[in-house]
Amino acid sequence: MINSSRYWVQRSTATSRLGAVLGIMLLAVLISVPYWGGRAEMRLLVEVFYILALAQLWNLLAGYGGLVSVGQQAFLGFGGYMLFVFSIHVGVGAVWTIPLAGILGALISLPVAFLVFRLRGHYFAIGTWVVAEVFMLIFAQIIALGGGSGASLPVSVVRSIASSRSVREATIYWVALAVVVAVIVVIYLLLRSRHGLALTAIRDSEEASRSLGVDNFRAKLMVYIFAAFGTAAIGALIFLTKLRISPAAAFDINWTTTVIFIVVIGGIGTIEGPIIGTIIYFLLREPLADYGSWYLILLGSTAVLIMLKAPQGIWGLISERFELRFFPVQRQLRWTVNDD
Amino acid sequence: MIEWVNTVLQGILTGGLYALFAAGLAIIFGVMRLVNITHGDLIVLSAFVAMVAIDVMGFNPFISLVAVLPIMFVFGYILQRSILNFTLGDDLLPPLLVTFGLSIVIQNLLLQIFSADSQRIKAGSLEILSIQLYENLSVGVFPLIVFIVAVFIIIGLQYLFSNTRIGRAFRATSDDAVTAQLMGINDRHIFSLSMALALLIVGIAGLFVGISTNFDPSAGPSRLLFAFEAVIMGGLGSLWGTLAGGIILGVSQNIGAKLDPGWQILAGHIAFLVILVFRPNGLFPRMRDD
Repeated sequence: MINSSRYWVQRSTATSRLGAVLGIMLLAVLISVPYWGGRAEMRLLVEVFYILALAQLWNLLAGYGGLVSVGQQAFLGFGGYMLFVFSIHVGVGAVWTIPLAGILGALISLPVAFLVFRLRGHYFAIGTWVVAEVFMLIFAQIIALGGGSGASLPVSVVRSIASSRSVREATIYWVALAVVVAVIVVIYLLLRSRHGLALTAIRDSEEASRSLGVDNFRAKLMVYIFAAFGTAAIGALIFLTKLRISPAAAFDINWTTTVIFIVVIGGIGTIEGPIIGTIIYFLLREPLADYGSWYLILLGSTAVLIMLKAPQGIWGLISERFELRFFPVQRQLRWTVNDD
Repeated sequence: MIEWVNTVLQGILTGGLYALFAAGLAIIFGVMRLVNITHGDLIVLSAFVAMVAIDVMGFNPFISLVAVLPIMFVFGYILQRSILNFTLGDDLLPPLLVTFGLSIVIQNLLLQIFSADSQRIKAGSLEILSIQLYENLSVGVFPLIVFIVAVFIIIGLQYLFSNTRIGRAFRATSDDAVTAQLMGINDRHIFSLSMALALLIVGIAGLFVGISTNFDPSAGPSRLLFAFEAVIMGGLGSLWGTLAGGIILGVSQNIGAKLDPGWQILAGHIAFLVILVFRPNGLFPRMRDD
């Protein structure tokens, strides 16, 4: 018999405590990069940060919410355009357009959800893609934003961030770091909360979770809106680093393609997976950049192979083998056997 | 007035091509509940196969089907048997992500082989021949052929599914693959045959796309979206519905283009979204997708 005082629910693991210490040390190092790092490294890291943040958001959508969207570029491009609208035409400070773009992205995701949530499963995926195309075609019609050929961010807006180039680059770097840390922390806390428990239940079985009283629709809608918020904010950040926007670049399906490959290869349905996937993506990209489409063929075939042979991805294989969990979101029952 | 009649008429004929895109997608979904994201890329792939057959063998465009159709049929069977069969199951993620990955692989392989240049299959005088119906109103012979072929293919598929042994096997496997197996049907073989059949139609659609528009390796996704919109607008599970959906798409695109050239594709998407709001199951639904 198990005595009630002899069992408990364990949430953190030795790895996660070690991980938290290592994470804080890594964060401290990353915060200090602008003081000693080169410009090229900083630019690369900014890209790593926003791709990782996008991957975490897509993983939350598909891996936990069961919402396989291939149209997240709708919100990314929308956020990018909000940077241009509000910094050029309204005069909002460029950095402040990032949270603003997020809020507007969340608002616009409501009517979008009203449409695409009518489509189930596979058809949901293609429906989101249609919506992204509609966004692209509409923004291509807006002459004030440069129409089909796009627009550049005026020098005055860029200068308004900071007058010196190095301060400007450091600011954007810290903002990008803050965005990715915020995305990971919020997703981690969300998944550890009771909402996270509901999402995990939905991921494992929609019917079973509904029978236990989970409001599947509400949980999915919440995830969808949050992903739209984050993706739109990141869109504003991305085009703040690029300084130029066009409908084709903003609403490019390749944003979502890259992120899907990263999440699938790294391991879908875990927080560690997208991190591993992003590291692999950038490690392979540097040497293979010259091969252009061969790199995409390699990524695509790897993702197909992983989905067929090891759908839990690289992190899934590692954590299964070594029982490692840096971001424990599960609850484990532990007890000591009472001999009396 | 006559201009608008013309716009609508041309739109209807374009709808025949879209119905061909959609029929392949509808068969695959009907038999194995698989939404094939590679569908558009396979249409473009078959256009390239037709182009090579015409260039290398010196075939007449229509004769090229003698080479294209068997290639696509075998390719479809192998694709399903060696890869896609392993993705089928209760989980939605594997089929979606595998076909998505394959789509990127096919696009980039085509890009490596054929470059990003825009291509077109030449069909000689057929491209410009037209029939005068009325003063200022004429229809092109080629769009008319496409439309008639589409109608015959749908009649043929309807017959195949309702009146033949293999059609019965398709329907039985679709209803309940496990029980169908007990009745001596090899479901993996049936799934592969349905993909092969879908790619036969893709082969025909690919040739028609190649003749009627410019195409390049990146042209697949928009074909997928048209096919998908026609299927949803027509109603899941209904072959005639795909024709209706294709026609609605073609007509709304043509009306959009007439108002402003920039609105052509947008008008088609908006028609789709409007129907999604008011008739989420499409116009002629025969199947529920859950």
